[in-house]
Amino acid sequence: MADFGALEARAKQFRREILETISGAGAGHPGGSLSAIDILTYLYYEKLNIYPADSKNEERDRFIMSKGHASPALYVVLASRGFFEKKELSSFRKLGAMLQGHVYAKVPGVELSTGSLGQGLSFANGMALAGKIKGKSFKVYCLLGDGEMQEGQVWEALMTAVHHKLDNLCIIIDANKVQQNGLVKEIKNIEPLAEKLKSFGCEVSEIDGHNMEEIAAAFAGFGKVKNKPYVIKANTIKGKGVSFMELNSKWHGKAPNKEELAAALKELL
Amino acid sequence: MIQKAIRDGFGEALAELGAKYERIVVLSGDLEDSTKVINFKNVAPKRFFNLGIAEQDLVGTAAGLGKEGLIPFACSFAVFLTNRAYDQIRITVCFNESNVKLVASHGGVTVGSDGATAQCLEDFAIMRVLPNMKVICPCDAIEVKKAVKALISDIGPSYMRTGRAPSDIITKESDPFVLGKANVMKDGKDAVIIACGIMVAEALRAAEMLKKEGVNATVLNMHTIKPLDTKAVIEWVKKTGAVVTAEEHQIIGGLGSAVAEALALEFPAPLEMVGVKDSFGESGEPGELMEKYGLTDKHIAEAVRRVIKRKK
Repeated sequence: MADFGALEARAKQFRREILETISGAGAGHPGGSLSAIDILTYLYYEKLNIYPADSKNEERDRFIMSKGHASPALYVVLASRGFFEKKELSSFRKLGAMLQGHVYAKVPGVELSTGSLGQGLSFANGMALAGKIKGKSFKVYCLLGDGEMQEGQVWEALMTAVHHKLDNLCIIIDANKVQQNGLVKEIKNIEPLAEKLKSFGCEVSEIDGHNMEEIAAAFAGFGKVKNKPYVIKANTIKGKGVSFMELNSKWHGKAPNKEELAAALKELL
Repeated sequence: MIQKAIRDGFGEALAELGAKYERIVVLSGDLEDSTKVINFKNVAPKRFFNLGIAEQDLVGTAAGLGKEGLIPFACSFAVFLTNRAYDQIRITVCFNESNVKLVASHGGVTVGSDGATAQCLEDFAIMRVLPNMKVICPCDAIEVKKAVKALISDIGPSYMRTGRAPSDIITKESDPFVLGKANVMKDGKDAVIIACGIMVAEALRAAEMLKKEGVNATVLNMHTIKPLDTKAVIEWVKKTGAVVTAEEHQIIGGLGSAVAEALALEFPAPLEMVGVKDSFGESGEPGELMEKYGLTDKHIAEAVRRVIKRKK
């Protein structure tokens, strides 16, 4: 069994790195990075079959970050797993940097450049379909935001995943309840999301996306149900871990200044 | 003159090559009977996917398959494929450099009675402006087969427009086809007509008409709109001193614009453009529409007479 305490400590360290990275760049998206980081920590330390020194290894599991603005969360985890050197984080968003503002495929470990919401799942379907055509056993994971579920292409892609019985595909929805200008439920409600996904034909597991035990249990369920895509609806809190950022849409896409960073890091000791 | 729709040549080529190359997969937006990729479905049903009426998803799925080492052909009507799924083509395909072959039938007014919504007149423009994208429009049902072969060997995103209506066969099996290299169909010293798709046949007929008046025009088959064969453009404008472009597309942004850019940058010369003049199409028979929108041999010949008068 996974050491949940160690994973939690790691995730806390990642939260610090996310904020330092964004603050160093003077721009970026802290809210949606902090909401997704517990899931990413579990995936990259416990679940995914990865090859940091051979990032395009044919047998690797594929992870697609469809909500491309949460790039800092993915970048800090990839750096920590040794896909590239940690010092790259200090040039995030700078001219000529490898770490582009949105998730960028030329970064080792990244499968798809994203940043226009709604596009990742179709691509993940293509990879999952390719796995079946080629007779490979790799799995495909795709993480989306809840605001992103307002994009029509996501629902086209869900129909494709169900119709083609993509049981090698795990979809994770980081349901952090907040989008750029306020609450998802007030801007354009997407709930009841789990029911919608079930009615589309997905196998759905709903969890607290900040609880490592629940995250572990949800991922353990992936692969058990045949002929259906598996969805984890992770109920999360945008800005999780920093009291003044939590559920506050102002922190969707704003970098903390020095004082704000210091105050945030104090909460993440 | 023997006639055959370019889409029919495409369907045959894809079936033939698809049976041979296991890496080819075909995705259809429920239009395989119209785009003719149904021929591929018949020979390789396990590598054929009808993704329904969902072009954005079609393009994104193709990009995922392309990144896995397969060679996906994503096929629909030109309007739906290029316009509806534009951001998906921009980001998931072009920015990510996925090896996706976008192939669309139903370009231009010769779509006919379906009318304006189905007649794509801006695909060259919006595909040409995307980094990493190649844009191809073969001139007949024989050339399209060579184009399919070339696309299979080429690595990277590409867009090819076929055609719905039967059109003249003007090339031979033995003619060369190299992506990005124009073919000289006829040579003359007075003007050069640069055309693509079914307009190459119109251009050849225009050249015949002009010959009777003592005017000798070169006809360049510019099957690849991007990367444009700038070398051939400049070579022939130097030889003739006057240029006419002909395309079944808006004059804004398409082949004519690409040629105008090359001329303006390297060798300014009088230019006339034959194409649709900033308007939508409408219902009608293909021939009637070609006439009404100024896309026939007569219109090209008229443009050649005009451009020759402008020579200094």
